[in-house]
Amino acid sequence: MKFPNEIEEVFTKYENQKGNLIPIMQSIQEIEGYLSKESIKLISNKTGISISEIYGVATFYSLFRLKPQGKHVIRVCQGTACHVGNSKDILRAVREKLNLTEMEETTADNEFTIMEVACLGCCSLSPVIMIDDTTYGKLTPNSVKKIINNYDK
Amino acid sequence: MSKIKIKVGMASCGRAAGADKIYKKIESYIKEKNIDASVEETGCIGMCFREPIFEISSKNHKVIYGDLEEIDVPKIIDSFVDENPLQEKAILTNEFDAPENKNLATQTRIVLRNCGIINPESIEDYMENAGYKSLEKALKNMTREEVIAEIKASGLRGRGGAGFPTGLKWEFAYKEKSDKKYIVCNADEGDPGAFMDRSVLEGDPHSILEGMAIGAYAIGADEGYVYCRAEYPLAVKRINIAIKAAEAKGFLGDNILGTDFSFHLKLKEGAGAFVCGEETALIASIEGKRGMPRIRPPFPAQSGIWGKPTNINNVETFANIAWIIKNGANEFSKYGTEKSKGTKVFALAGKIKKSGLVEVPIGMTLREVIFDIGGGMKTEKDFKAVQLGGPSGGCIPKELLDTKIDYDTIQATGAIMGSGGMVVMDESTCMIDVAKFFLSFVQSESCGKCTFCRIGSKRMLEILDKISKGEGEMEDINTLKELAVKVKDSSLCGLGQTAPNPVLTTLKYFEDEYIAHIKDKKCPAGVCTNLLTYEIQPDRCVGCGMCAKVCPVDAISGEIKKVFEIDQSKCIKCGACFNTCKFNAIEKK
Ligand SMILES: Cc1cc2nc3c(=O)[nH]c(=O)nc-3n(C[C@H](O)[C@H](O)[C@H](O)COP(=O)(O)O)c2cc1C
Ligand code: SF4
Repeated sequence: MKFPNEIEEVFTKYENQKGNLIPIMQSIQEIEGYLSKESIKLISNKTGISISEIYGVATFYSLFRLKPQGKHVIRVCQGTACHVGNSKDILRAVREKLNLTEMEETTADNEFTIMEVACLGCCSLSPVIMIDDTTYGKLTPNSVKKIINNYDK
Repeated sequence: MSKIKIKVGMASCGRAAGADKIYKKIESYIKEKNIDASVEETGCIGMCFREPIFEISSKNHKVIYGDLEEIDVPKIIDSFVDENPLQEKAILTNEFDAPENKNLATQTRIVLRNCGIINPESIEDYMENAGYKSLEKALKNMTREEVIAEIKASGLRGRGGAGFPTGLKWEFAYKEKSDKKYIVCNADEGDPGAFMDRSVLEGDPHSILEGMAIGAYAIGADEGYVYCRAEYPLAVKRINIAIKAAEAKGFLGDNILGTDFSFHLKLKEGAGAFVCGEETALIASIEGKRGMPRIRPPFPAQSGIWGKPTNINNVETFANIAWIIKNGANEFSKYGTEKSKGTKVFALAGKIKKSGLVEVPIGMTLREVIFDIGGGMKTEKDFKAVQLGGPSGGCIPKELLDTKIDYDTIQATGAIMGSGGMVVMDESTCMIDVAKFFLSFVQSESCGKCTFCRIGSKRMLEILDKISKGEGEMEDINTLKELAVKVKDSSLCGLGQTAPNPVLTTLKYFEDEYIAHIKDKKCPAGVCTNLLTYEIQPDRCVGCGMCAKVCPVDAISGEIKKVFEIDQSKCIKCGACFNTCKFNAIEKK
């Protein structure tokens, strides 16, 4: 497993706290980028919660990922205002730019992962995307491609 | 203190519009020119359509500027150094005419009293604006019963959607006997198209903390959670900062303000599940489980987090509390209608000119909010409908624009007041597409416990899909209505019980549009791709051939400098040619 020390710290931080499963999973995902099989086993060992229950939680919440993700995460907002503002065109442009088919989420070079998400709450600037923690608004298919250019290595 | 003070609107919306750049430009300019000025962050003032925005004040002047670009920064700052404010780009001031001067005057700001005014990361700023004075008043001068009586008398109803009277809810939790009680702030704001709670969380986090502490005192809780969705990273950050600051000042923690009242508050981040906004699912999620709703009773007030009495309120509900305690129930109940008191914050979005947040007394009409305050339509197209209440709500048509916005009147239309999202739609929005959008949202967010919510909504979605492809039959309308009733009746929680509302309201007010899709195989709004045709207008085509180049299926052919043609049998209606043609020669029908 990568980052053993950081992960150990997570367990120390949440030790003996009731209801700590989700925060532990969130923190480990933050470190690893996703939840690997090894870390799920480790969480189970440390907390005494069964692997199947952890897996159940991981699959219930859309923020948890069981596969590695790209260096940058692009969240394409699919909220009401964005939908009405043609967010589908934005999504298509992002996929086109990153050479991703409808089924693919992560680029071959592991640079970008694309996610469709429910409302990001910036409806007045729709259509909107969020790259990592930065939100971009009032997009057009062309402008979104330019923004992604700035993240290219 | 600096001579000139600048506050930049740095909520998520401001940042997305480029406020970061403006902020940096201000910093570097005042440094470069050695100007005696300070710059700070503030929350969202609500005029998102004018972002980026900043407020600048000097000894004699105070002006808010909007639609800013970096090049405007030096001009504006210089004009304040000369004590002669620039008028260009000013949007709000009481010194001269500016386009948004009327904007705030038509609103009543209780919940948003500090948003866009104070620095949300400064507890001192909040305290200067009467912050934590209400907590002090409650703890030192009021009994727990008196606090509850005051909230009851104010007529405040929960702003999370259902409109349950807050005072009554507190009384239930107060009456439960237990060694431990919890109070929770529902900051999950999952409704797509709603961002009121985000703005308060980001712009005035202490008002929520103060409301929660007062509530905790009233019901007898000593521990609480703010359950905030993880899609709001800035809100999470600001709440955490606020909790630390309040602890340091002794407004949270043990023996608050020297009394024997102790209250500990934690933030819990959601993990992306809409259903966790439902109270029992939220409790399961806080406990670290899958967020599945359960049968009520027992109600959370009796058995909530780890089986202990738990009181859950919405962000906006809590943000009202300190104001009510400070100004009194009477002052609050002056606003609103007989059964719905106070104000409501609405998030205006979609095809509306002045998108953003507005707070108005309950009981204004939709027309007043959308056309007088919201400035009407952004596009040249006509108003068609307004969507209220997100996936649990419905679309209200033009004929009902004079409907008063209060819990009961809106409910009578088939929509719900909901949490306050208002998405305005024009003639280019297809109502079947909207119904499909919301249904696919609830369908994917259904926790799967109830058969009708899980599968009934899927069947409804399939039918809508069929209709949008031009394969519908008239019988489908009846099937939709039948299924809707069944899904409503056999679902455990609010998600399933209200899931059919968007379909039912569009059927009720826009049946013609359904029939046009089914009988004429046409989408009047030009949205449903399968029902569209793209045609080249010979009089406008210059024969540049760009369309043929971008067509992914080689459906377009022709010779350069002559009129091109689309082979309809090959066309997959992707619209690539339509978006590419510089001469508007391609028509979508
Ligand atoms: C599926 C579903 C989602 C909900 N989402 C939210 C939400 O995001 N925020 C919220 O405050 N209330 C939400 N509610 C309503 C809450 O269950 C609850 O009624 C509310 O938080 C109570 O607070 P109030 O009395 O202050 O309105 C949701 C309800 C359902 C059924
Ligand atoms: S109505 Fe839907 S979301 Fe609610 S408990 Fe049933 S299946 Fe789950």
